[in-house]
Amino acid sequence: MIEHTGSFQHQPGPYFGPYGGRWMPESLIAALEEVDRTFAEAREDPEFAAQLQDLFTNYVNRPSLLTEVPRFAAATPGVRIFLKREDLNHTGSHKINNVIGQALLAQRMGKTRLIAETGAGQHGVATATAAALFGMECTVYMGEVDTQRQALNVARMQMLGAEVVAVKTGARTLKDAINDALRDWVASVDTTHYLLGTVTGPAPFPAMVRYFHSVIGDEAREQVLAQAGRLPDAVCACVGGGSNAIGIFHGFLDDPGVELYGLEAGGEGMESGRHAASINLGRTGVLHGARTYLMQDEDGQTVDSHSISAGLDYPAVGPEHAWLHDTGRATYEPVTDTECMDAFQRLCRTEGIVPAIESSHALAGALRLARRWADEGLVGPDTPEGEQRIIVVSLSGRGDKDVATAAKYFGMLPDTETPAGGDAEAVAARPEGAQS
Amino acid sequence: MSETVNTVRSRTSEAIEAARAAGRTALIGYLPAGYPTVEDSIEAAVALGTNGADVIEIGIPYSDPVMDGPVIQAATSQVLADGFRIDSVFDIVKAVSERTDAVMLVMTYWNIVDRMGVDTFARRLAEAGGAGIITPDLVPEEAGEWFEASDRYELDRVFLTAPSSTDERVKLIVESSRGFVYGVSVMGVTGARSQVSTAAEQVVARAHAAGAPRVAVGLGISKPEHIREIGRYADGAIVGTALVSALRDGGPAAVGALTAELATGAVRDRAGA
Repeated sequence: MIEHTGSFQHQPGPYFGPYGGRWMPESLIAALEEVDRTFAEAREDPEFAAQLQDLFTNYVNRPSLLTEVPRFAAATPGVRIFLKREDLNHTGSHKINNVIGQALLAQRMGKTRLIAETGAGQHGVATATAAALFGMECTVYMGEVDTQRQALNVARMQMLGAEVVAVKTGARTLKDAINDALRDWVASVDTTHYLLGTVTGPAPFPAMVRYFHSVIGDEAREQVLAQAGRLPDAVCACVGGGSNAIGIFHGFLDDPGVELYGLEAGGEGMESGRHAASINLGRTGVLHGARTYLMQDEDGQTVDSHSISAGLDYPAVGPEHAWLHDTGRATYEPVTDTECMDAFQRLCRTEGIVPAIESSHALAGALRLARRWADEGLVGPDTPEGEQRIIVVSLSGRGDKDVATAAKYFGMLPDTETPAGGDAEAVAARPEGAQS
Repeated sequence: MSETVNTVRSRTSEAIEAARAAGRTALIGYLPAGYPTVEDSIEAAVALGTNGADVIEIGIPYSDPVMDGPVIQAATSQVLADGFRIDSVFDIVKAVSERTDAVMLVMTYWNIVDRMGVDTFARRLAEAGGAGIITPDLVPEEAGEWFEASDRYELDRVFLTAPSSTDERVKLIVESSRGFVYGVSVMGVTGARSQVSTAAEQVVARAHAAGAPRVAVGLGISKPEHIREIGRYADGAIVGTALVSALRDGGPAAVGALTAELATGAVRDRAGA
């Protein structure tokens, strides 16, 4: 445990306690310093703030709504759940906040090309969108496994004019896409900005990406005060690299009464070894430029992560989350694929909202927390209205991209449309009670 | 820091200076540990050392080698898929250093060292006969523990300098390095290229100007004529991908043959620096 006194907000980096830093090839240090300098200047420049605000309001569709979901919360009386609707942003997830910010910085630096990694495709789509909007070239690196899981997002990126490179090295998922994006950047840094999509990576990325996403928490705090008349008891967000989580957490970091929960991808369960819960595994090291918690074997080789959600399928976590964990300011828990898909279905059926599978980890975390409070006798059917507990959940993205994965999981695909073997496997793998 | 540097013996410096005294550009060859097998990687490194390499770089296979191009990636992924364990690196270094006079360095991405513990890794490397570590993803700002351990065990620390490095950084890199400074010749990843980048000469000149006594050029070097050209301004030439390709296609014997050929390019004419 790390002792921390004073404000948790606005940590400048490059270090967050013992985490973070800049563990990168020398070839890229000059570029990182340029990004750092440009960002530092831009955030003091009222014109930059105005540009960003204009795009947030008139292009992204901010502020995003805060929606109370009473039918979703009905199983645990005495708990009110509100969703921060990042799914309603242009392109369908929170990713666009950071992308717009960094694309503006790329423009300031005179770069003409954006490259990005993507797992679920949300960040790739957002980057392709910004490249189209700003008239820049765009190349998106995506693990081959993910191009298959998220074929529609590949087509979306291509429609937006981006080149999508299917990465065939390593585990062929998000971490390998980052490796290839870094290799591209080393060779193209004069013209190209690497638009990293999460709060991992070398400084200044973790603090800079958080800055662009902190709008999520700032809005949510104001909205919950307006709607419920007080701060929430807890905030829940899913954590892969951790960008939407850090964005919503940031607004509440200095409200000690607000518990913060980061939900990691527990995959098939911690004991199975097939998961992406870096913090819960508890081994620190350096990967992709930062010291942080990461999934690695005894030799320091990165271990392949597993999650039903491509967007959380990353074997490390942003360094600020590692620090928030060690200080005890935030709590990180794993959510299994099964718990996640139960919550996914519950939100669809009770509220008419199809969430991203990533975000469904946060929904499952909220349901678990509500049950825990009920078990502890803190809430119940007799809880008076003024004493109900409140959870704000970051609904980081919409689930349109996940319909095929979910339909397969729930056995909803007609037999004729799936290969006999694949379908049988999907049905066999379906946990009991998963089907309605 | 310079006081400490001066009091620590540097075997890599000695090897490069011996090459210079013999009228040669130091030839530095890279091979991945365990490729294609542990036994053959030892034979290949011995062939490298006995055919003219002054310094041997043993690369540790790593799951996320962001500075490596397709040839080295393919080799190291195969090694990892075959179940390579880190302990064998020390066995390889020991076996090779007993059979050649070449100085043995390890090239490794930092998480491998970090996981074992910097002090433990350094101690084991020194015990095995290794002379130091080349660190492609470690910058001096993050190298505090490595400075201490490398001084404690008298190991060389080779940092990279790039065409994009600012003058301020070149100075920091030069002051932090012992043995030689690794001049990255191009903005890119490892891999054979038909010509030596025009940026290489400037990278070397800037490192020399910042006070580096020894600068070796790496990335894209595959032919004797490349080494001849580099020898006009640099103290050493580093060959990696070409040797890995030779090992892949022709085994340790091909590594020996290519090394002997490369060594002809390392001989300086009288007018050479």
